[in-house]
Amino acid sequence: MLNTESKITADVAAQHGLSPEEFARIRQILGRDPNLTELGIFSVMWSEHCSYKSSKIHLRRLPTHGPHVLQGPGENAGVVDIGDGLAAVFKIESHNHPSFVEPFQGAATGVGGILRDIFTMGARPIAVLDSLRFGPLRAADESWRSRMGSAQETSQKEISPDELARNRRMLDGVVRGIAFYGNCFGVPTVGGEVQFESCYSSNPLVNVLALGIARHEELFFARARGTGNPVLYVGAKTGRDGIHGASLLASAEFSEESQTKRPNVQVGDPFLEKLLLEACLEAMHTGAIVAIQDMGAAGLTCSTCEMASRGGTGIEIELARVPQREAGLTPYEIMLSESQERMLLVAEAGREQQVLDIFAKWGLDAVVIGRVTDDGLLRVLDRGRVVAEVPAKALAEQCPVYDRPRQPPPPRTDETLFAFSADANTEPARWTEHFCRLLAEPAVASKRWIFEQYDYMVRTNTLVGPGAGDAAVVRIKGTPRALALATDGNGRWCWLDPFVGAQHAVAEAARNVACTGAQPIAATNCLNFGNPEKPEIMWQFARAVDGIAAACEALGVPITGGNVSFYNETLGRPIYPTPILGVLGVLDNAAHALRSGFRQAGDAILLLDGSSQPVPQSVSADTLRREFSSSLYAKTLAGVIAGTPPPADLEAEKRLIALLVALAREELLHSAHDLSDGGLAVAVAESCFAGEPPLGAEIQLPGPHNLPLEFALFNERGARAVVSCAEPALARVLALARQYQVTAHELGRTGGATFRVQRNGTTVVEAPVEFLREVWATALEKILLGDLRSPSSPPANG
Amino acid sequence: MKFGVVVFPGSNCDHDAYHAIGEVLGQPVTWLWHASEDLQGVDAIILPGGFSYGDYLRTGAIARFSPVMRAVERFARGGGLVLGICNGFQILLEAGLLPGAMLRNVGLRFVCRPVYLRVETTNTPFTLAAQPGQVLRVPIAHSEGNYYCDSETLRRLEREDRIVFRYATAEGRILPEANPNGSLANIAGICNEGRNVLGMMPHPERAVEAALGSSDGLVVLRSMVAALARAGAA
Repeated sequence: MLNTESKITADVAAQHGLSPEEFARIRQILGRDPNLTELGIFSVMWSEHCSYKSSKIHLRRLPTHGPHVLQGPGENAGVVDIGDGLAAVFKIESHNHPSFVEPFQGAATGVGGILRDIFTMGARPIAVLDSLRFGPLRAADESWRSRMGSAQETSQKEISPDELARNRRMLDGVVRGIAFYGNCFGVPTVGGEVQFESCYSSNPLVNVLALGIARHEELFFARARGTGNPVLYVGAKTGRDGIHGASLLASAEFSEESQTKRPNVQVGDPFLEKLLLEACLEAMHTGAIVAIQDMGAAGLTCSTCEMASRGGTGIEIELARVPQREAGLTPYEIMLSESQERMLLVAEAGREQQVLDIFAKWGLDAVVIGRVTDDGLLRVLDRGRVVAEVPAKALAEQCPVYDRPRQPPPPRTDETLFAFSADANTEPARWTEHFCRLLAEPAVASKRWIFEQYDYMVRTNTLVGPGAGDAAVVRIKGTPRALALATDGNGRWCWLDPFVGAQHAVAEAARNVACTGAQPIAATNCLNFGNPEKPEIMWQFARAVDGIAAACEALGVPITGGNVSFYNETLGRPIYPTPILGVLGVLDNAAHALRSGFRQAGDAILLLDGSSQPVPQSVSADTLRREFSSSLYAKTLAGVIAGTPPPADLEAEKRLIALLVALAREELLHSAHDLSDGGLAVAVAESCFAGEPPLGAEIQLPGPHNLPLEFALFNERGARAVVSCAEPALARVLALARQYQVTAHELGRTGGATFRVQRNGTTVVEAPVEFLREVWATALEKILLGDLRSPSSPPANG
Repeated sequence: MKFGVVVFPGSNCDHDAYHAIGEVLGQPVTWLWHASEDLQGVDAIILPGGFSYGDYLRTGAIARFSPVMRAVERFARGGGLVLGICNGFQILLEAGLLPGAMLRNVGLRFVCRPVYLRVETTNTPFTLAAQPGQVLRVPIAHSEGNYYCDSETLRRLEREDRIVFRYATAEGRILPEANPNGSLANIAGICNEGRNVLGMMPHPERAVEAALGSSDGLVVLRSMVAALARAGAA
């Protein structure tokens, strides 16, 4: 048992991740030395994970207000008005570090944590999306590079078979973990995305977005009010799991010894959480609940001091009353435990029994452990003895805030750029082969192997599920409406230029939402970065925040919440700066929801381009090379990761989004799909594959025809979407495009059994669509199944 | 025609079944709480999908001992209509109301996808509105749907026309590639000797509106309504 009476020194503070200055500040706040329990409490609340001390001054630059926003950042989740007296409650959060240490439980508890954030607000979770990043699953193919003709040099390092196998196991464990938790809890996992880059091999990203629905008057906030009101602990018993998860796991880099941190990872029980959901919502409906907060990071400590701080009150708790899983827990351990599936409630005095009865009905522990006070203190008693007494506001809001040094990285002067081939138009077989290689790349290939492990239909609201559209669409029963959600974030682009890359993350997510016909109204973000104490990382962070702010401002999607995850580094190697944006949109009429697959043969295929200046003839060859060097094609077929991302044109994105929403509203389109990884050729092919049944297509590439063929086929400029419509609707589609100042290129027609791309009358890519679909549909499982014959984690039943 | 949807701790398709019956079919429906033996005078019972009791021990193994199951067993033995979907099927097996057992899916993974079912018999209150051999598009979502029984039981099920649904291709052919979980003889659903208890792994309650991708599941619920009406009239 830890000795709480021993002298607390700066050394002990340093072991808790607190700097000498922070330790001095704690002594100043208390007017004395803290004891060990108090030090532990400060260390978790002032950890980077809980305090946002390095990010706060930058996050202030994000737009957080808008006509729909009911609750911006600062609560358990953001809340927006979606009409009919309903509110959407949503947030994205990371669980990167736990998932690296223990993929299955790390990912599972990531889902559990964000779901609690949603139902804590009084909203029933109705959808989950996952944004995942892993290291490569397959080795770069040398034969491909040699076949590229010109001597392409590579900027990608070789990956060992061990590392590939580890990455596949990591993906397997994370997917099983998400499935285990979400499927049992009964929330559909309806979408998300996954990308693969070397930098994530030793630091995968697991970001989970959850969405809930509540009536305005049913919303709950985590503000402890009413002196004398009882404080209730409900849910799972407290154990030793997850102690210092927030401070030592999430707020430090990884080293070779990271596996020793496995005990810091929590263990999830989705069944218990499901009971907690039903019991909490039922208790909330009684009107006897004043405030509620889940115990996530920093457990009992965080929930008590944040509720008191927000409510301008104090809270006193008696630890002897806390339900405990094992004997001999110290006050320090109880306060810092991150055992899952627990909640803290403040009830109206005199109505405790009503609340206790509901939890008893659901078979859950519920105990009055304390009361709301008026002294602003978090007071912790152990069998009547005060073991900690700290001002709640000091813990929750007075952590030092840092403006850490920032410095741009040295310019990448010696990088090798992609070299366009000179003999472009003459070899359709070769281009078709390259195209197939791109379709089989995990970033492009069908994600069916992943999403079929998730129950994406439970609750019977999923109108557009995974793989069916650019964003997930869920209807809201009892109303004509539906909500659309998408997550996006291109880390490779953000590494090349964090400002431009972050703008693209917002724009792509909003564009994806608009492709379903929904009007984007709000956003949530998860900012995954390396060690903020390094000036280059801090520079990346600040630039990315500026990019997000600019794009959210321009596109009218304020940030309503989210999470910052720093210290995504192992052995000093940081991940790419990876801001993940989740954008929420509203469809006033659920029947207007659009999918990405072509619907019938003979439809017109159009490329909608919002940019006022589509690639001009005059643009220099060097500019094109630099831009194309950032593409998935350059990475996949030439091993090149260099140059600069395509310019972000926010006005163009805005025009395109407005047009897509208008087209859907008039029910003019049969499909809509944005251009992203793999550009135009991949987008059209994906629309072919997503048809039920799959349809062929024949298209002409739009001009100018003097561009390198790779660029014309595979460039990844934003503000573009491929749509299809029936012949009678075409004139109206073109008229609306003109009205919204969006260029509409008529590319060709759907139908037939062939996928054919022509340029200037010459065929450049041609193959049976069923052959291409097979390549695309089976690539991921072919890579994974060789390696995953036996499951590496406990199964999800059902 | 009153339906009851049982709510176990961990049921999570209970709302979907309730919605399908109450909103889509427009029939009266009520919740039946697991801790009560009071069936509230319902005419048919649905054991919904989900993870009753967290699937602890074994799927359905704990749920079968809950008080409501004592009442459901009496109701079933008295000829009442009982439909067990997914976890509900697993519970019916554990309760001994249907023969056989569930193994984990071949592939050992949870599988969620639309599949095709062929109606193998219309001689049940759950399929009387279907055409013989009709192919239905209905989703599955489970990791333990690999139905197994001994060969004697299988012969008996076949002899007594108690295999109600089989996994099939879209054209209605019973082929191994149409089988999503490895179940014996592509079995997706079976009924008891009295033909009043059906267990099926696919989710008909998820296929009741075109907007959700299929309304083929309605035929099961409509058959139940028709059977009850017939019984009421008789």
